[in-house]
Amino acid sequence: MEECTALQLRDGIARGQYKSFEVTERIFERIERREATIGAFISTFKEEALEKAARVDSNIAAGRKVGSLAGVPIAIKDNLATRFGTTTCGSKILANFAAPYDAHVVEKLEAADAVIVGKCNLDEFAMGSSCENSGLQKTVNPWDASRVPGGSSGGSAAALAAGMCYGALGSDTGGSIRLPASFCGVVGLKPTYGRVSRYGLVAYGSSLDQIGPFGRTCADAALLLQAIAGHDERDSTSIGETEAPVPDYLADLDRPIEDLNIGVAREFFEAEGLDPAVERAVREALNIYEGMGARLVPLSLPHMQYAISAYYLIATAEASSNLARYDGVHYGHRTGRPRDYLDVYYASRAEGFGAEVKRRIMLGTYALSAGYYDAYYLKALKVRNLIRQDFQAAFERVDALCCPTSPEPPFKIGQKVDDPLTMYLSDIYTISANLAGIPAISIPCGLADGRLPIGLQIMTPAFTEDRILRIARMFEAATDYHARRPELKL
Amino acid sequence: MSEKLTAEQVRHVAKLARLACTDEEIAEFTEQLAAILQYVGQLEQVDTADVEPLAHCLPVHNVFRRDEVRPSLTNDQALANAPQRDGEFFAVPKVLDDASA
Repeated sequence: MEECTALQLRDGIARGQYKSFEVTERIFERIERREATIGAFISTFKEEALEKAARVDSNIAAGRKVGSLAGVPIAIKDNLATRFGTTTCGSKILANFAAPYDAHVVEKLEAADAVIVGKCNLDEFAMGSSCENSGLQKTVNPWDASRVPGGSSGGSAAALAAGMCYGALGSDTGGSIRLPASFCGVVGLKPTYGRVSRYGLVAYGSSLDQIGPFGRTCADAALLLQAIAGHDERDSTSIGETEAPVPDYLADLDRPIEDLNIGVAREFFEAEGLDPAVERAVREALNIYEGMGARLVPLSLPHMQYAISAYYLIATAEASSNLARYDGVHYGHRTGRPRDYLDVYYASRAEGFGAEVKRRIMLGTYALSAGYYDAYYLKALKVRNLIRQDFQAAFERVDALCCPTSPEPPFKIGQKVDDPLTMYLSDIYTISANLAGIPAISIPCGLADGRLPIGLQIMTPAFTEDRILRIARMFEAATDYHARRPELKL
Repeated sequence: MSEKLTAEQVRHVAKLARLACTDEEIAEFTEQLAAILQYVGQLEQVDTADVEPLAHCLPVHNVFRRDEVRPSLTNDQALANAPQRDGEFFAVPKVLDDASA
């Protein structure tokens, strides 16, 4: 059953073929064996998980109705608030923070009878592309322990790739679900902004942040999205059922889309630092779609080249405001012996935040400061509008856009940590979808050197997650990249 | 946009952001932020004369709820993570000196 997908496992448990308790025990055996190397989890909840699994088993045995994820071991990113354990955001400033409430998605997972096994490592406050910015621990790529798992949701992706859960949740502000999905060889979906409630997701860039699923297959991503999508009045940017009803994502998943038009922007293959192995795999993927009858439509997204600049001004501006709350007063780290009340702020923040978080707070503060607001922040918001208009124009002609998720396969640990700007360029393909608010998925589409995962990114118009999943599923059904697993000698 | 970022400006920004920085950090941030600002300076090339700023991508604007009392966190829950607590209050170092009190 280790090789089961979440959907197969769910059905097997429901039929009585598997016991959730035994499945969960096996998961913890694997965690105990592999975690010392992988480092995916900041905290695990063995006792609670086994209790929950036993409860699900007895409900099923008694013929009671159970939820859509009944008995399935799931991991979540540690920037999602939980009443149990801690919610650290990978930061020293929140190392001991115990949230007084559950995030909306955590309530939804529990209502679906999922078994939450642990909370996963991330770049501090979700700021990073490699997971190396975590203030608490290191996570490695299960495919090659000398390489990064991608970020910021690197722990979630690594946990899934290493078989330490059957599905996971992450958050994505500029690529933080898709990049680790690409690097770890799993499926990762960033839904439309507003599709999933952000209530209880610790804020980074509030106009860009979105929670989404990781799965081994498109069906697993669909299953998890189904469980967490929908309106929640506690997030005023969560979209109502009347404006955008949540469809049944699994119902038509296996039905290919006829007369599929895939847009291929010229800019996709002109990006700086595009690795030849990635280009080859993505062009091959496009050929596979063509072979299934899809039409490839060349087009242009002329403002895509400005996406990183716009993003790193907007996201950091929002972050500088969001992270002002960590002041050592109400919760989180407070400096030991403050000289005066101002020193509580200055020293607590200096001691609690890591270098990248400080850098982004500084950049955002600068972009919002008197004399620079118009030149940087406001300019970036205008360029954001142009980027969105590029997508709107493209989607009048095509059903979807396909490109690499990352310009290169997973890179070496330490390779980019000293050069923030080079690290930012890892997000060159993923950032536009956040700026435009549209859904985007990364699916496995190849292995560089036969062993390093490569991801294909698909983007579609807002609130068409059903379409994006069906298009992704077409590729998955025609290939076996999703079934490849890292060789773990653990 | 194109003027070079100075250590003095970075020190000012650190103050606005309430971040204590060592001289080494100021030097490092000055160099790194200057490189990032030079990169984002490419936005100057984009003609945005007739473009509205886009703060978010949603069609929704104000969202209202009924103004009614609902359950919320108890005092103990709200204070559970306090670095320092004094009865029902968050404790902090004195903000006003005795003369101005």
